[in-house]
Amino acid sequence: MSVGVYVHADSVVHRLSPGIKLAALFGFSTLIVLVRDVVALAVALGLVLMLFPLARLPLSLAWRQWRPILVVMAILAAVQLFYSDWVGAVSVVLRLSALVLLAALVSLTTKASDMIEAISRAVRPLAYLGISPTRIGLVISLALRFIPLIAEQLEEVKEAQRARGLERNVLALTIPLMVRVLKMATEIGDAIEARSFDPDDARRLSDLWRRRSEQPSERNDH
Amino acid sequence: MIEIRSVTQIFGERTVLSDVSVSLDERRIAIVGSNGSGKSTFARLLNGLLLPSRGEVLVDGMSTAKDSKAVRRRVGFVFQNPDNQIVFPLVEEDLAFGLKNLKLPAEEVRARVEAALVQYGLAELRTHPAHLLSGGQKQMLALASVLVMAPEIIVFDEPTTALDHRNKRMIADFIRGLKQRAIVVSHDLDLLRDFDRVLAFEAGRIVLDGAPETVLPRYLEMMG
Repeated sequence: MSVGVYVHADSVVHRLSPGIKLAALFGFSTLIVLVRDVVALAVALGLVLMLFPLARLPLSLAWRQWRPILVVMAILAAVQLFYSDWVGAVSVVLRLSALVLLAALVSLTTKASDMIEAISRAVRPLAYLGISPTRIGLVISLALRFIPLIAEQLEEVKEAQRARGLERNVLALTIPLMVRVLKMATEIGDAIEARSFDPDDARRLSDLWRRRSEQPSERNDH
Repeated sequence: MIEIRSVTQIFGERTVLSDVSVSLDERRIAIVGSNGSGKSTFARLLNGLLLPSRGEVLVDGMSTAKDSKAVRRRVGFVFQNPDNQIVFPLVEEDLAFGLKNLKLPAEEVRARVEAALVQYGLAELRTHPAHLLSGGQKQMLALASVLVMAPEIIVFDEPTTALDHRNKRMIADFIRGLKQRAIVVSHDLDLLRDFDRVLAFEAGRIVLDGAPETVLPRYLEMMG
């Protein structure tokens, strides 16, 4: 199972509105950044971990979400230990773990389409500035969909280069991967267009806004 | 009917299609040709994914350049690699994507997705991550996500290229059973034998056009 990809289960966390989950994530993240007390941070992490069984998700899944950031956390903890003290090191690990696991829990229990709808609704006022909420939603969806696919492509390239003894050559890995990803991106763009995606939503809304704001001045001219 | 009128397609310095004119009205039409002959470019012109450098393409009288939205409602497109066609992470979400783009009411989107999940054997995979599907299941999802939008014509760009024998047969049967008109670009001549018409491309021109029993043997001869 990939990191952060929706896992179906019948739980109260799954049933919660995506808007509420995203708002809670935002509120919790703000709070946890402000908290300095190690015990409070440990309690916060404990609470996040308790949400996994509540969402009917195994704790092993929490571990799989946590594992990819182990190296980053070790580096941050080492820096804290060097410049500050052990309390700073433990705090950074607890804080980051709680944040990552809660964010993962939100994406594990929320379908991409529901999350995108919630985000698109939240950023809808940006349409009046010509920024398309539909496009923002699509970008998030594509990221969720294609991260595992790009990881697969990287594995394929690695395997091909390993056969040639080039698995440690950064260029031999990145160039073919870039070529594949760019080719894939072109076709994905075509596929989205072929399925009637309308990128002009934002433009129409901003045009509407402009027309509305122009109407009184036009009337004044007569 | 799709009418291609004096279409020339140029990419940079390269002319990929040269003054092609043809009308397409049969139920099953096959397009064959060697790599680089212009057949995939031709297919992309049919639903406005590409606009001609010169000439015009009309679908039931509507220009792909001027009425692109209406044209895409009528002409669906199935790409060679299903991985690049599945946009959403979950099966049911991907099926709903095109329907939402058509601005259908939420209730109708739900109903059509439900029907498609059952019709195309994807009901048990509805909340399955798309990247974990098998090759055949991905191809079926890619087909279903186009068919759920109820186009009248479906263009397939090499639909069996990356599939094993069993999945090739499944897709071939699927195309045969379609109610819609189909235009299929393929190197797989077995898939095309019972089609109504075959167009063969070479160097950006249609060099053979007719029934499979006359065109395919000549095409094989031409390919040496």
